[in-house]
Amino acid sequence: MKDSLFKRLVVSGVLGWLVLFGAVPTLMLLAVSFLSRDPDNLIKPVLSLSSYAELFQPALGAMLAESMAMAATATLLCLLIGYPFAYVVARADRRYTRTLLLLVMIPFWTNTLIRTYALVAVLKADGVVNKLLLLLGVVDAPVKLMYTPTAVFIGLVYTLLPFMILPLYAAIEKLDCKLLEASRDLGASRFSTFRKITIPLTMPGIVSGCMLVFLPALGMFYIPDILGGARTMLLGNYIRDQFLAARNIPLGAAASVAMTVIMGLMLALYYKSVRRAGRKVRI
Amino acid sequence: MTQPVVTLDGVSKSFDGETAVENVSLSIKDGEFITLLGPSGCGKTTILRILGGFEECDSGAVELDGRSVRGVPPESRTVNTVFQSYALFPHMNVFDNVAFGLRIAGKTEAEIHRTVDEALKLVRLESMGRRMPKELSGGQQQRVAIARAIVNKPRVLLLDEPLSALDYRLRKQMQKELKELQRTLGITFVLVTHDQEEAFSMSDRVVVMNDGRIEQVGSPREIYEEPTNLYVARFVGEINVLDGTVTGRQGESYTAEVEGASVLVKARREFADGDRVHVLLRPEDFRVEVMKDLEESPDLAHKFAKALLKGTVDGTCYRGATYDVDITLDDGKRILVTEFFDEDSETLYFHAGDRVAVGWFEGWEVILPHEG
Repeated sequence: MKDSLFKRLVVSGVLGWLVLFGAVPTLMLLAVSFLSRDPDNLIKPVLSLSSYAELFQPALGAMLAESMAMAATATLLCLLIGYPFAYVVARADRRYTRTLLLLVMIPFWTNTLIRTYALVAVLKADGVVNKLLLLLGVVDAPVKLMYTPTAVFIGLVYTLLPFMILPLYAAIEKLDCKLLEASRDLGASRFSTFRKITIPLTMPGIVSGCMLVFLPALGMFYIPDILGGARTMLLGNYIRDQFLAARNIPLGAAASVAMTVIMGLMLALYYKSVRRAGRKVRI
Repeated sequence: MTQPVVTLDGVSKSFDGETAVENVSLSIKDGEFITLLGPSGCGKTTILRILGGFEECDSGAVELDGRSVRGVPPESRTVNTVFQSYALFPHMNVFDNVAFGLRIAGKTEAEIHRTVDEALKLVRLESMGRRMPKELSGGQQQRVAIARAIVNKPRVLLLDEPLSALDYRLRKQMQKELKELQRTLGITFVLVTHDQEEAFSMSDRVVVMNDGRIEQVGSPREIYEEPTNLYVARFVGEINVLDGTVTGRQGESYTAEVEGASVLVKARREFADGDRVHVLLRPEDFRVEVMKDLEESPDLAHKFAKALLKGTVDGTCYRGATYDVDITLDDGKRILVTEFFDEDSETLYFHAGDRVAVGWFEGWEVILPHEG
């Protein structure tokens, strides 16, 4: 059957967009990461693996590990907060579902950077949180929140939570209530049912939510910058610094490629474990 | 006298102000196959869910083995359910589905293997343990759902329209198998269906429900032959409702004016002269003869002396082993009669336009007080 002109136009339009703004820049990045640094012209067209060698320095390794741990913690926090929320939304009366989902998405209407500065006003020594705590008599002196890892976590979780909630909502919403009833009917408690039925069946949502949070959490350099001061260094900050401050574009590119490879490996591992368990999972 | 396994006493339940079940009382004997029969929305599934522990009744009492189950969650009840949509766990294979309840109960792997294999054999799926639910046909999924429930040796097995998704032949076969399974296991089965044929072919007792209430409880034969009201009569199979008035009493029987003819009828209830009644007759209860033949044969006329209603044949409809005859009585009432084929004749005995005399096998009529 011959495709209509409209269909071909749309498909080639989307394809062109993806190639031009997705594939080409990524390939350029990959190419640059194998070139050498030149103090005057940013890059020298000389093949070199020195950037990758530099990535394996112990100091960088520690930063990478810390960065991953931080992103993982933020992801876990998002999951722990997002799952109950998504569950309630998915199981709520249809009348409220739309409103609740709208509330999740409203923050997208404001620029993330502006929202992060707004968080500063909330968290600073004479900010909203401390004023409230003092007023309620919970604390005697303002709690130091700004420029601590706590502030960075608050910022990451606040910004990334919707990316966790939406795929979780989609997965939980598809879950057949009868399966939960069947499990209870066969003698499983609420907790066992959750563990043996709900979690395995919503695993695709959990995985895509975690991916959607973990990757940005690694790269979101402005949140540690604004809320954590210069003290918290994430992979994202490092890459940004290489490009803008140190002017070491090949190294920045190599770090970016490394980050992509790590994510790719994690995805591959996940698919492999899923296939071994004999299940089919769609993300 | 053995104690009933399930007792419902004055059970009512409503959802958002809409009554689903109203003042239902029923006691279910140990080891019986009982069917809740009614149209969708009559409350039969709600009763099943109350027994399963998925709903709590608003008022009334539910007892299982003599103990109240108020507040007892589904996992602590000795009943298991076969769900309408089967509700097999899609991420587990057949074996793990069936083993689910046993694993929860903390049985040893050896015992689980033995019991699950036994259950799969019982539903003839012994070689299917490794398959995933979606790789099975509807009928096979149905069997897995049954195996998964009976493997826990429940006191009562609840079946929520278990066969409604299967095609006709498979449904017939599963009806037989379910009945056999129930006999083998000796477990009490409570089945919910809207299909009267299904209810009749499997059950020891049938509970006919309408609008959240029980209309009649009885054996399939009682329900069919002795319906206690028009609703039950009309819900189970075809029925002809003739109108009449009681005119007098003759020993055990009454004389009545029915559709313009004076006839003798037998009734189980007490009626007074002048009471308006319904005379209920199944299509197969009628005897019909063509008037022309009666006029020509005195013998036949004698046999049909009691066929006092007169009418005209509107048409016939082939049914396979039988055929239906639509007749309009002289007073305008339309009736449906089922006749067997005359083995000696190639053609149908009745033709559209034939004048006929209509009677019925004496005593097969059911007399009910006039409703509405």
